[in-house]
Amino acid sequence: MEVIVYLLQGFAVALSPLNLMWCFIGCFLGTVIGILPGLGPAATIAMLLPLTFKMDPTGAVIMLAGIYYGSKYGGSTTSILLNVPGESASVVTCIDGYQMAKRGRAGAALGIAAIASFIAGTVGVLGLMLVAPPLAKFALSFSSPEYFALMCLGLAMVVLLAGESMTKALLAMLVGLWIAGMGTDLFTSTSRFTFGNAEMLDGIDFVVVAIGVFALGEVLGNMEGRSGTQMLPVPKGLRNLLPTWQDLKDCRFAFFNGSVIGFLIGVLPGAGSTIASFISYGIEKAVSRHPEKFGTGVVEGVAAPEGANNAETGGAMVPLLTLGIPGSGTTAILLAAFILWGLRPGPLMIQDNPTLFWGLVASMYIGNVMLLVLNLPLVPLFAQILRLPAYVLYPAIFGISIVGVYSTSSSLFDVWMLGAFGLIGYAMRKLEYPSAPLILGFVLGDGMERALRQSLMMSQGDLSILVSRPISATMLFLTVLILVAPLFKKANAWRVRALG
Amino acid sequence: MAKSGDIVSGAVLAGLGVFIIVEARGWEYAGPDGPGPGFFPLWYGVCMVALSVLLVAMSLAQRASVPAEPVNWREIGRALAAWAGLALCVGFLKILGFLLAFGLFTFFLVAVMYRRPLGTAAAVSVGAALGFYLLFPLALNVALPIGKLGF
Repeated sequence: MEVIVYLLQGFAVALSPLNLMWCFIGCFLGTVIGILPGLGPAATIAMLLPLTFKMDPTGAVIMLAGIYYGSKYGGSTTSILLNVPGESASVVTCIDGYQMAKRGRAGAALGIAAIASFIAGTVGVLGLMLVAPPLAKFALSFSSPEYFALMCLGLAMVVLLAGESMTKALLAMLVGLWIAGMGTDLFTSTSRFTFGNAEMLDGIDFVVVAIGVFALGEVLGNMEGRSGTQMLPVPKGLRNLLPTWQDLKDCRFAFFNGSVIGFLIGVLPGAGSTIASFISYGIEKAVSRHPEKFGTGVVEGVAAPEGANNAETGGAMVPLLTLGIPGSGTTAILLAAFILWGLRPGPLMIQDNPTLFWGLVASMYIGNVMLLVLNLPLVPLFAQILRLPAYVLYPAIFGISIVGVYSTSSSLFDVWMLGAFGLIGYAMRKLEYPSAPLILGFVLGDGMERALRQSLMMSQGDLSILVSRPISATMLFLTVLILVAPLFKKANAWRVRALG
Repeated sequence: MAKSGDIVSGAVLAGLGVFIIVEARGWEYAGPDGPGPGFFPLWYGVCMVALSVLLVAMSLAQRASVPAEPVNWREIGRALAAWAGLALCVGFLKILGFLLAFGLFTFFLVAVMYRRPLGTAAAVSVGAALGFYLLFPLALNVALPIGKLGF
């Protein structure tokens, strides 16, 4: 009952004309950047972050969250029409979506993707609304050792699932911790890694690192080639975009599967929408009466991963808002945004900022409806964005990145640092180092060091404080397990190979 | 690129790890109030060296059995040329100001990187600079770097 009262208050906040406008702008921008291959939500949120500093935090978070979940809707368009996933989470949608489009069913594929996204996105918000408050209450008992252990657990899960090489993911995370450590030590005022430069005393701004690594790194990577892409024709008219009654009947389980799997995977830090979409596709295929048809253009093959991809957003907001632990690069940027607005996501977030939390939840319900309206009849219009030439788009991204960084600090030194981080981001892509662990290490590094040092102050230097408390001990045990499990798996594979 | 680059990147990161350790040893490791500023960096520096050495060792072992992937220097060259253009643009921000430096950078990208006709390049660069001027300083009241020419 209490939840309903809070939710109604949230709707009063989200339905104010200004917040409705921010929600619409977020959803619209999200759809656009979801459609554009090579520009993800993390890069877009990072680029727009400086522009939100003058905004009311509630409106700003509503807009940035709109970009986050809106991009998931748009991501399916390129997968279906171009066979080019706008993001890694849309890879699975390409399998059946592009096949449907090749068989002249692009409209049905786009329509079912939008409907699945709407259903699962709404279920994800419902999950966020029901799970977040009790989890926050539980986390109120956390002290420094538990926070340190929680951050270790979050980082361990992320690096494990970030890419093919765990070593590279861990190294990227350590570089993130190093960058976070630059500047003046808060406990002793010692300057660390400032290279004698006074401008480094405050450390490196998050916006510089995020825009450099994500936006510039991505654009430089895309500029390696000059060739364009071939788009399949988009059907015109709403009737041609609506799936048939049989399509909807076939997708009944896919809607449920995508919603539940997406939300549960989203709650786990590090798992992310890519894994959610793969798992839900796998489950859908496993329970299907015609698994052999998967990959040839079946409608469930689009509905399940698209649903999971969207439900994951609601799930990912749970650890972000209640524990202050982001599960991906995008949520890490959202966490930094909260901190820059003077808010601290964690167990007290809902209690201290009910207007913001419930306003955000309500705006996500509204946003999902807006996105359904935007993505069903307006898909042919949005698809035209794909005709925007690269030589117009990429200079604009460079320009927005420079302005974004300069507007934060009015420092040309920061713009130079942006260029340096752009090169680092590009090198990471070429060398197959995942960038999400670097950003997470950077965002969590400061808090992690503080929690560790506060824990050791509490125990007068005795490290056993981290394992003598049940919650922190459990989380550290899980951390070690997550990091060691792949080694056992590898050792077992070597043993089998040696025996064979 | 990944496999041949692993050895180089591993060596660079090992060097960075050693640098972190050397720097951290110059700061207090533990004081009367608990861990000092050198405590945390020392440990992640050690982890960085260990993991980098592991990466190099694994790459060398793999190289013996699997041939290294060829590197497409042409693609890398294009990306680095774009980055060099960006670096020049940033370098000229103080002298030319954002609008002019960015306009020239856009012209370079369109005309040289994408081999579009000069007229198209000029139109895109003027349009982009104008668009940024209208959106940021005028509409959003966001200041852009101003050069010696006063804009």
